[in-house]
Amino acid sequence: MIDVATQTRQFCTFRLAQHLCGIDVLVVHEILRQQPMTKVPLAPPVVKGLINLRGQIITALDMRTRLGFPPRDDGRPPINIVITVGEGAEASTAALLVDEIGDVVEIDPATCEPPPDTIPGALKDLIQSVCKLEKGLILILDTAKAVKVE
Amino acid sequence: MGDLDGLVKEFLVESYENLDRLDKEFLQLEQTPGSREIISSIFRTVHTVKGTSGFFGFEKLQGVAHAGENLLVKLRDGALVLNQDISSGLLRSVDAIRAILGEVEKTGAEGSENYLSLIAELEHLATGAAAKPVESAPASAPAPVAVQAAVVSAPTAEHPVMPSAQSSELAPRPSSSSAEFAAKPADGAATAGGSLADQSLRVDVSVLDRLMNLVGELVLTRNQILQHAGATASSALVTTSKRLDNITSQLQEEVMKTRMQPIEAVWGKLPRVVRDLAKQIGKQVRLDMEGKDTELDKSIIEAIKDPLTHMVRNSVDHGIEKPDKRIAAGKPAEGCILLRAYHEGGKVTIEIRDDGGGIDPARIKAKAIEKGLITVEQSAKMAEREILALILAPGFSTAEQVTNISGRGVGMDVVRTNIEKIGGSVDIASVVGIGSSITIKIPLTLAIIPALVVTSGGERFAIPQINLLELVRIERAKAATLIEDVYGASVYRLRGQLLPLVYLSKELGLPINESAAINIVVLQADETQFGVVVDTVLDTGEIVVKPLDKQLKNLSVFAGATIMGDGTVALILDVFGLGTRAHAMGKNRDGKKAHAAVATGEPKEPMLLFQSPDDGRMGILLSQVVRLEEMDASKVESAGDVEVIQYRGEILPLVRVFQVLPERRRNPRNPDAGVQPDVLPVVVHSHNGRHVGLVVGKILDTVEESLKLQRAAGRAGIKGCLVLNGKVTEILDVESIVRTVVPDFYKA
Repeated sequence: MIDVATQTRQFCTFRLAQHLCGIDVLVVHEILRQQPMTKVPLAPPVVKGLINLRGQIITALDMRTRLGFPPRDDGRPPINIVITVGEGAEASTAALLVDEIGDVVEIDPATCEPPPDTIPGALKDLIQSVCKLEKGLILILDTAKAVKVE
Repeated sequence: MGDLDGLVKEFLVESYENLDRLDKEFLQLEQTPGSREIISSIFRTVHTVKGTSGFFGFEKLQGVAHAGENLLVKLRDGALVLNQDISSGLLRSVDAIRAILGEVEKTGAEGSENYLSLIAELEHLATGAAAKPVESAPASAPAPVAVQAAVVSAPTAEHPVMPSAQSSELAPRPSSSSAEFAAKPADGAATAGGSLADQSLRVDVSVLDRLMNLVGELVLTRNQILQHAGATASSALVTTSKRLDNITSQLQEEVMKTRMQPIEAVWGKLPRVVRDLAKQIGKQVRLDMEGKDTELDKSIIEAIKDPLTHMVRNSVDHGIEKPDKRIAAGKPAEGCILLRAYHEGGKVTIEIRDDGGGIDPARIKAKAIEKGLITVEQSAKMAEREILALILAPGFSTAEQVTNISGRGVGMDVVRTNIEKIGGSVDIASVVGIGSSITIKIPLTLAIIPALVVTSGGERFAIPQINLLELVRIERAKAATLIEDVYGASVYRLRGQLLPLVYLSKELGLPINESAAINIVVLQADETQFGVVVDTVLDTGEIVVKPLDKQLKNLSVFAGATIMGDGTVALILDVFGLGTRAHAMGKNRDGKKAHAAVATGEPKEPMLLFQSPDDGRMGILLSQVVRLEEMDASKVESAGDVEVIQYRGEILPLVRVFQVLPERRRNPRNPDAGVQPDVLPVVVHSHNGRHVGLVVGKILDTVEESLKLQRAAGRAGIKGCLVLNGKVTEILDVESIVRTVVPDFYKA
């Protein structure tokens, strides 16, 4: 096993509301601009629809809704981050809808801390850790939890 | 470690296949007890299992295989003659091997059972029987026989064949057996088997699934290219895209084939099931099979495995009588179960027939009344067919005593549910004293299904045609009178029966559109009919079914999703789920339900089917067709404003059906779906000695069906629609079409 405590890891960053978030770059397949989307009636609100990714049908999840942020209001189309979590039969591919895509950054785990207790419930569950960069904070998301929708 | 796991897995897969073959071979052996060829083949299989298990260190497995092998040596060398005891013992050793393999698969170890008694019994069989007089006396000394036999046969050995070569070095006590094995090197079956193996290879199903996906995607891309090509003037592009079209269709077909397996994959286990069961309950049953090679999609094979086994067990347990009873009835003591499988009309039909006692409708009736499934009054009105169908109703079992064989609570209703889940149907017929037959019809594949595409609340949805009965269109103006309200629930009187209506947009929480007409899609799920009101009915087509991801698995209203021709995603409605959600799936309303139509036996009418330019299907009554011709398009002349062609020394006026029908698309969706433009398929129609030619689309088929037309189709030139083989088909109104071009054709 890789020693998480000392190894620096790469994270794909994106902007969601006023926050900068990051997910492990290894789970990311590709980044897509807005895609034609088919609404799924009766689905939980976080499911924004289905997209056709070269023949594979993928569920698009709105990360603002998932994290309990207010809906997008700047009229700009969201970006799709296609990720796969889990392995084998457990594998699940989904598109995360975010406001804006950022750089891939290297993060030293030593700069990370567990999320502060004061973060509201829904959000805290999904945040693995908070990393302190010079520019500001990056919220590292737990992707496995993020794609799980009840 | 990972490497070894892979090897063990391979060993398991291979051994399961071998064991399935063993079951069959043992049964063959019972029929032709002397066949050295079969014994040798069985021996080789057991030997391979033994050798390989030694290599992996599965000692129990090796022990059982070894004991079985020793017994087989005796048989092969003629030291023993096969009898029921030996055969049962050997079969049990196969079961034990299977059980250990199952344990290995689950836990990676052999499990706690050590099968000592079985091994002892096998040894006893090998030695005990040796005391009896047999021809080759020298080889039959009790314990060290195996070794002796090896010594005897060793000189004839030339080369050890196939896997035993390596395994013999690895297995702890193999030397004797591998020598024995080598004793029959010149066996035709071994070499034949080898060359067959060279021609096939094992492919992971997930690879095939991915291939299938890619081909589906290719089909969509092809469709788009064809559209673009149609719009350009470049003949090179048109030719190339035609070729692309052709190759894609062929590729699709071939990839579909890779997922197909012969039904033998399921049937192979049944002879053993029948044999064991018949022995256990003291019956004599023969199992015949026809159409073993009939191929089915793998997913369907998986789905019918259990229902089929259950039904065959039922036939043995309830269908076939005991020998004394059969003889008293003047039948041979041995009962016969016939399995038949064949392709018919895009579906696979599987029949299970037995020549047993048949099903007594009176008993079924009494039982159904006793169980409260029907009332006495209802039962009096029911046709025999309907009564037999009660066997498939939930909570019905006629077995007088609950045996451990069938009648364990999961009855025929589970069978029916399972078959219906994959879009199939079950039908029962029976004659008391002669026998009964169960007919199952299932689609060839689950991956690609015909569907009707509708819109509702601005979204598109696909409805599997298997659930589709008919389409009804009501003008908005008349809706108020035709659609009635029963305490908040809308109903429509469909030929005198109340049809509960479900408004799709309301049910799915979509915006409600006030369209000019109300389109009712009449659906059937689980014996219940209900109507779904949609905004528009678009068209029909084949769709590739894709599962929904985990996040949406809980939505029982949708069965999956598909990608439409334009690349966007559409959801597939799960008719059963939708009905349940809308509470339309009540109890069978007083047993009338779907079987009523079948029972009344409406007269059937032969029809000729052809393709319309928008990929739909149209039909014409065969009674209105004199003959079918293919005519050269370049020979068409015009006389006044009518197109004519010289036909048998006569001038035949031509009516281009698709140009007469107003709503037909101008540009065909699938340009080459019809025929080459230079050949016109012409239906010759005549009246009072006059002829007229109707130019139609590609001729598809002729069918015979009761003409239950849906009048409200509402287009000129169309009599109505009906569902044939699960597809909506419009029936032409020939008279009105002919009149538009030749107004006085029908005048005397």
